[in-house]
Amino acid sequence: MRKEVLISGFGGQGVILASVILGRAAAVYEGLYAVQTQSYGPESRGGASKAEVVISDEPIDYPKTLRPDYAVFLSQEAYQKYLTHLKEGAILIIEKDLIPHRNEEVEKKLKLKVYALPLTKIAEETTGLSLTMNILALGLFVALTEIVSREAIEKAVLDAVPKGTEQINLKALHKGFELGEKALKGEL
Amino acid sequence: MKYPFPVGKSDFIQGDEAIARAAILAGCRFYAGYPITPASEIFEAMALYMPLVDGVSIQMEDELASIAAVIGASWVGTKAMTATSGPGFSLMMENLGYAIMTETPIVVVDVQRSGPSTGQPTLAAQGDVMQAIWGTHGDHSLIVLTPATVQEAFDMTIRAFNLAEKYRTPVILLTDAEVGHMREKVDIPNPEDVELVYRKLPANEEEAKYPFGDIHGDLIPPMPIFGKGYRTYVTGLTHDEKGRPKTVDAEIHRKLIERIVNKIEKNKKDIIEYETFDLDDAEVAIISYGIVARSAIRAVKMLRSEGIKAGLLKLNVVWPFDFEMIEKIAEQVNAIYVPEMNLGQVYHLVKEGANGKARVELIPKIGGEVHTPQEIVKAVKRCEKCI
Repeated sequence: MRKEVLISGFGGQGVILASVILGRAAAVYEGLYAVQTQSYGPESRGGASKAEVVISDEPIDYPKTLRPDYAVFLSQEAYQKYLTHLKEGAILIIEKDLIPHRNEEVEKKLKLKVYALPLTKIAEETTGLSLTMNILALGLFVALTEIVSREAIEKAVLDAVPKGTEQINLKALHKGFELGEKALKGEL
Repeated sequence: MKYPFPVGKSDFIQGDEAIARAAILAGCRFYAGYPITPASEIFEAMALYMPLVDGVSIQMEDELASIAAVIGASWVGTKAMTATSGPGFSLMMENLGYAIMTETPIVVVDVQRSGPSTGQPTLAAQGDVMQAIWGTHGDHSLIVLTPATVQEAFDMTIRAFNLAEKYRTPVILLTDAEVGHMREKVDIPNPEDVELVYRKLPANEEEAKYPFGDIHGDLIPPMPIFGKGYRTYVTGLTHDEKGRPKTVDAEIHRKLIERIVNKIEKNKKDIIEYETFDLDDAEVAIISYGIVARSAIRAVKMLRSEGIKAGLLKLNVVWPFDFEMIEKIAEQVNAIYVPEMNLGQVYHLVKEGANGKARVELIPKIGGEVHTPQEIVKAVKRCEKCI
């Protein structure tokens, strides 16, 4: 069961941290194998940011994504750059407000399951902090893909976030779960 | 002893971090370095951990001083390490030779990035293989290990210390930006389950008189420790068994250098480690090391599914080199492919080993990205067609 995840946006959105938490949940709390890699450049806030996670129940040979099964795009640039890389039938989560221009032809051709939500806005409404968007997106991602259990991702979030921010991050994560449940029921 | 990181359980960490933790579990208590991408995380971890295990981590003025400090620390009996990348590794070449000549156990980590010069700081390469082996001048041998995963980076760091202590030699852990920066699951053992090797010390005053003499017949002299009551002369000049400079005597020079080379070369079987995948019935062999070996494993599976009997030899040690083993593989297969992230380095070793018994083809790639499995498959198929 090799599953490839691509998360991309711009620096400052927590792309890298989200990928590390996902990899950690799989490797440490689910007993799976996981590799996390990231584009590593001089960019910090504002520049393009990309992270990849490969999760498998057996040792992982090639550590990068070839045809991602799942993707999270948080910027227009990410959407344009990587949309055609996705596997047919991939699950794609996108930040609706930051990706105004969509290519429905490609989405249809690849039979993508697209979940487009104003993630940053929802995060701000939920926790009062837009920067919890990455954790909210992770919650949504886990609810939709079930690639790791909710308990595993909770533990990994708690390992990774700064002390004193645990509750606020869990709130964002749970909101993500809730949105995922709604999406699966077609209530969004 | 309390460790500043969790032991006896799994963690999800970068290759660089794994190297630092493994060094501490291997007993390393001195680190000297100069920050450089993509090796800086090793230094950061050492700066954090060393004070908590009664060790020392120090930033030196440059890489020349870093390796010099590490050599000094080793001579007072401390397991010591430095880490760098290409530009810093170049600066370390002079003192690497000094460590070889003075038979000083040290570990040098080179997290390779693209070169020459400052090149591509954040991207991976395998362009330092020949430099790791032959970068310092003069006749010599040493040990070069090449991890492909974060777990291997961890395990091979411990092994690097053990080999350095056992053979009284510098050991290079030759990794790259990809392994250094990727995060993966690492099983960190309980400290009591880690097998540790310590250098042989002089048993008495008489033995301490010959810090460079083959007094046990195993080519490895016991190493007196500064501050333990022995007077020892350590020099990069050609020296006799007592360590005294003897710079014009051909026989003394030959004896010394042959012993330094032979203590590695004659123990090849103990030092060399490799893994094979589907090689037994292979008609086409891929020989690879480090991060590229992971693409090669996938490529072998893909080639097999297309009916091409491919197999892989994954080198975990690129020096000393088992030329005889390569010749045996060359006798079995029609062709050997060597994918590496450079314009041909281990390729030349393989070609020498193959000794004309099989065609040897290089699959080079430079610019910072690891070969994809498809690229290897394509290169193999293109060549297999052209025979």
